[in-house]
Amino acid sequence: MKDKMANKQDKISIEELEKIAAEIRGNIIEYSGKTKTPHLGSCLSCTDMLVALYFSELRISSDEPHDPDRDRFILSKGHAAPALFQVLAKKEFFPAEKLWNSDHENGGMFGEHPPAPADLPGIEAATGSLGHGMPMGLGFAMAGRLKKQNYRVFAILGDGECNEGSIWEAALLAAGQKVSSLVAFIDYNKWQATDRSQQVMALDPLVEKWKSFGWDAFEIDGNDMHSIIKTLSELDYSNGKPKAIVAHTIKGKGVDFMQDDNNWHYRTPNVDEVAEAKRQLGLTS
Amino acid sequence: MRNHFAKVMVDLAKQDDRVVLLSGDIGNRLFDNLKDVAPDRVINCGIAEQNMMSVAAGMGMNGLLPVVYTITPFTTYRCLEQIRVGACYHESPVIIVGTGSGMSYTSLGPTHHSMEDMAVLRTLPGMQVIAPADSVELELALKSAMQSGKPTYIRIGKKGEPILHETIPQFSIGKSINLKQGTDVAMLATGVVVSEAIKAAEELESRGISVSVDSFHTIKPLDVERLENIFSSFKTVAVVEEHGKIGGLYGAISEWALESKVNQKNSTLPRVLSFGGKDTFLHAVGTQAFARKYFGFDSQSIIQKICEELA
Repeated sequence: MKDKMANKQDKISIEELEKIAAEIRGNIIEYSGKTKTPHLGSCLSCTDMLVALYFSELRISSDEPHDPDRDRFILSKGHAAPALFQVLAKKEFFPAEKLWNSDHENGGMFGEHPPAPADLPGIEAATGSLGHGMPMGLGFAMAGRLKKQNYRVFAILGDGECNEGSIWEAALLAAGQKVSSLVAFIDYNKWQATDRSQQVMALDPLVEKWKSFGWDAFEIDGNDMHSIIKTLSELDYSNGKPKAIVAHTIKGKGVDFMQDDNNWHYRTPNVDEVAEAKRQLGLTS
Repeated sequence: MRNHFAKVMVDLAKQDDRVVLLSGDIGNRLFDNLKDVAPDRVINCGIAEQNMMSVAAGMGMNGLLPVVYTITPFTTYRCLEQIRVGACYHESPVIIVGTGSGMSYTSLGPTHHSMEDMAVLRTLPGMQVIAPADSVELELALKSAMQSGKPTYIRIGKKGEPILHETIPQFSIGKSINLKQGTDVAMLATGVVVSEAIKAAEELESRGISVSVDSFHTIKPLDVERLENIFSSFKTVAVVEEHGKIGGLYGAISEWALESKVNQKNSTLPRVLSFGGKDTFLHAVGTQAFARKYFGFDSQSIIQKICEELA
């Protein structure tokens, strides 16, 4: 099945993807400082996966955002929306100026979570309430199969989001229905809003959990572009199994004073912190 | 009623390959004929209603016409947030069918009763709420809901309910059906309890009281034209529903009456102004102050409306 699908992405090197990821991280941090948008740590942990998907894997085009055969991506952990907005702007789903200028203000579309798809090109689902995105993505995938379309559905979940029972309801149904076209990344940054995720709810062993639910499960370094791209290239879309990629990540990845510090779930950076973060990312402000 | 629902689903699935039934591990053998016609489009989603509702929303967003079916409390209260976010906020054409509504499953106990479902679902922006009186109305409601392309909740009974329509009536969502004419009392009834209203009307008739009966099958959007007509020509109105008084048909009519009758400029009754949310989601970002202004319950909007009122 995989070979039949035309790939709309041009070949891109790991180095180029890493460069884009650094730029996106810088933008996320600057935007957070400018607009006082929180969830910075959550954005930075999943940036590499977003970049790998949007710049290498997804068969999408901003010229045809509603192409019925496009791959679908759902940011199930909707609070990382600032990262998604930056990626979509760079993919030209909307002008970056809209994001940077006034559309985060009264009457705009760029809030702290993805808006309804009708409100912003490139958005597939309005997430933010955890545990909804992946189950909706399962509906996308089952609809595609019924309509004999070959699109795939990708989602990024948070480890905290895996507290929600609806995620495991969807996991059971996806395996029961043998849905091959659903791929769930779990951004395993080891933190949820107020505590270590393993201490709140015993998530481990997380890879074994997905395996025991009948999924193909993979364990990778989710901040390593090589691992992400390699794993995506090895997925088998005809084996009757949904896929879970448990991606070990670091919350606040890329900036030493943010990394693994859960204060940055809610804190936003000041001007000096933005400048220092960009310096560390190899970007000139 | 549920048997007729299964039968109509077979016809709809034959006519339109977008029609999909999602059930929550219920209806043993009820859908055997449907499975023969469309084996891929009958999906038992297990006893996991939250996921089932999100899956349905996702299907509706990708060109299918999903119908979600299980016992009313489990297809409404259990997955309310999935209905709100998945179906309503995304304007996904999901049809939710609750079986055994009201007190149909009295013997199963209060866990299986639903006397609040219409009230709860009616508050969701964009949601249509229909309670057909019999299998004839059910069939028409299901077809109309599918044509509407809007999220719709249809509450039905169980089995053996009397058929009230001898011929196929004119049916549109939001337009009540007059079943019996009368002059003294106007009975507005909704759902399977319409049969009780008719019985009562016939008995009252024999005692010399002339009663009109309407099937108010749609709770939302409300048939305000008919209400206007009834409130201006009857001295007594009776609202009958197998549902709690709060937020059902009586609640909906009360809201309408306050808005449209009490709140007449020349009325001797006090005008009652309402400041609250509208039947819409906020499709924009902004501050809380912005949102209060948008919905019209910030201090300035309150002041303005009161000044206009007193002017």
